[in-house]
Amino acid sequence: MRTLIIAEHDGQHLNEQVARAVTAAQAWQQPVDVLIAAAQADALAAQAASLQGVSNVLIASDAALQHPTAEHLAEIIVPLAANYTVVLAAHSAFSKNVLPRVAALLDVNMISDVLEIVDTHTYVRGIYAGNVLATVQSSDAKQVLTVRGSKFAAAATGAAAGTQTVAVPAAPEHSRWVAEAFNKSERPPLAAAKVVVSGGRALGSAEAFKDVLAPLADKLHAAIGASRAAVDAGYAPNDLQVGQTGVVVAPELYIAVGISGAIQHAYGMKDSKVVVAINQDPEAQIFKIADYGLVADLFEAVPQLTAAL
Amino acid sequence: MKALVAIKRVVDYNIQVRVKADGSDVDIDGVKMGVNPFDENAIEEAIRLKEKGIVTEIVAVTIGNAANQDILRHALAMGADRAMLVETQDTLHSLGVAKVLKAVVEREQPTLILLGKQAIDDDAGQTGQMLAALLKLPQATYASQISIEGNQATVVREIDGGTQTLSVSLPAVITADLRLNEPRYVKLPNLMMARKKPLENVALDTLGVALSHNVKQLKVATPPARPAGVMVKDVNELLSKLRTHEGIIA
Ligand SMILES: Cc1cc2nc3c(=O)[nH]c(=O)nc-3n(C[C@H](O)[C@H](O)[C@H](O)COP(=O)(O)OP(=O)(O)OC[C@H]3O[C@@H](n4cnc5c(N)ncnc54)[C@H](O)[C@@H]3O)c2cc1C
Ligand SMILES: Nc1ncnc2c1ncn2[C@@H]1O[C@H](COP(=O)(O)O)[C@@H](O)[C@H]1O
Repeated sequence: MRTLIIAEHDGQHLNEQVARAVTAAQAWQQPVDVLIAAAQADALAAQAASLQGVSNVLIASDAALQHPTAEHLAEIIVPLAANYTVVLAAHSAFSKNVLPRVAALLDVNMISDVLEIVDTHTYVRGIYAGNVLATVQSSDAKQVLTVRGSKFAAAATGAAAGTQTVAVPAAPEHSRWVAEAFNKSERPPLAAAKVVVSGGRALGSAEAFKDVLAPLADKLHAAIGASRAAVDAGYAPNDLQVGQTGVVVAPELYIAVGISGAIQHAYGMKDSKVVVAINQDPEAQIFKIADYGLVADLFEAVPQLTAAL
Repeated sequence: MKALVAIKRVVDYNIQVRVKADGSDVDIDGVKMGVNPFDENAIEEAIRLKEKGIVTEIVAVTIGNAANQDILRHALAMGADRAMLVETQDTLHSLGVAKVLKAVVEREQPTLILLGKQAIDDDAGQTGQMLAALLKLPQATYASQISIEGNQATVVREIDGGTQTLSVSLPAVITADLRLNEPRYVKLPNLMMARKKPLENVALDTLGVALSHNVKQLKVATPPARPAGVMVKDVNELLSKLRTHEGIIA
């Protein structure tokens, strides 16, 4: 039997997490295929075909897939699943929207955000905002899951898998894409950045994100992140939220500025290699998970740090 | 239109749960419980739609043991009109919950089906999408804004890197994100009044839902703690520490 990976992309580039999902998929020791569903699939298919460990790239190409809905993708994936015992994707807003729908149509359970694949039916995943690790086993005939990308290395490129076209049923009419608004940024994407500088409620304004945090992020070529309190207060856009409800990051360096370190925030960053916390409250929770803690007023410490770099 | 809101009883989000000594499960004996935060946003949204004259009746439903009545009372006190407890001692995973909710939807025939985007205990984030699939209905997950006109709902969704807007025809399944609204506080008089609102108990067996138990939790553990860090006295010390880690800063 085979494993199918659902690839995420932006129309031009394969998401870097796909290569990580390919590594995770090797756990089943069976051929791994990658599905590209896109309006223009050729360049994307070539990128997927170059990943070491991929047997076949399935191409679902249709103009309607410029902005695919979960309903449409599920209708493409479910018939394909007859040939697969494992359907997986890297955990993201995209995959966690689509795969539960696929799993239910296949009448199997789904395992979300897998941190470790113990064996072909057994997984470790976080529950209670990552405060507990649960080992779960699924005896379903098909395994449908998402994996935490940062827990798996990216597969190397340089291979040349074959490609194959698959049928695309008409898009369901009950759901229609209307618009998308992406916060444009020259910075590296949050989920993939090597360095993340995050600001909390203490920043106090959107201006402070721009004037205090951004210069530090510039020097470090870092992505900017935020706590929920900062996002809710309108200091930062919602897609920068790190945590249980936002993005999970695992950079080489995470600098938490004026963030208290609530468990929901910690969920999103405690796998970072080195954590720095700058907070004026020596009792702040964030210091418990920081490698280096600095008790200071961020409005003094951050400009000093920026100047010293 | 009728709105059905599915809510789950979970450990209060402020509480850090502990693992039982034998590692069989988490220990939630005597721990403070409440409505899953995202589900409170779902209830709140239904109430606001009712206040706008779009929704006419709000039914809150939960699947669980008798203790779950407290969250239904909470939903009634917020402003739901009726509540339903589908009673079972069983622990269901998202697929099982979705199957039971499907049976409830078939009975109640709501036009709007609201859930939270994820339960903060299992962190699965699956039930809404699964329910939509089983009902062959459109889904709009992670909603931060919902507007309804005629039989169309326009939903702004929070996705990686920004937002997406979808238009779905009703009936549809919509899952709430935290930024959808700010749930109202429940005042004591509302709780008193909620006692008079109908709360129906339905035994799970009477719904005729076939459930499998294919997912087993083998064990739970506390994740390894991060090694204790050090406090630095100033920015210069911080920088010299960071320079000991190769390649992090220039
Ligand atoms: C279901 C649910 C999901 C959630 N999901 C998330 C999530 O994904 N991400 C998330 O972040 N939160 C999430 N939260 C919210 C979380 O519980 C906290 O409320 C939030 O993280 C607090 O943000 P904060 O640390 O910026 O603010 P606060 O807790 O207010 O902390 C501000 C910190 O700044 C410090 N400070 C103040 N002034 C200065 C100064 N001048 N210099 C230095 N330090 C200063 C203070 O000492 C304090 O520690 C969630 C909550 C719930 C209920
Ligand atoms: N036992 C339950 N009873 C009612 N609704 C539930 C139950 N479990 C989950 N839900 C709903 O499904 C959503 C997502 O749950 P989950 O898929 O477990 O993350 C929750 O926010 C609730 O709205």
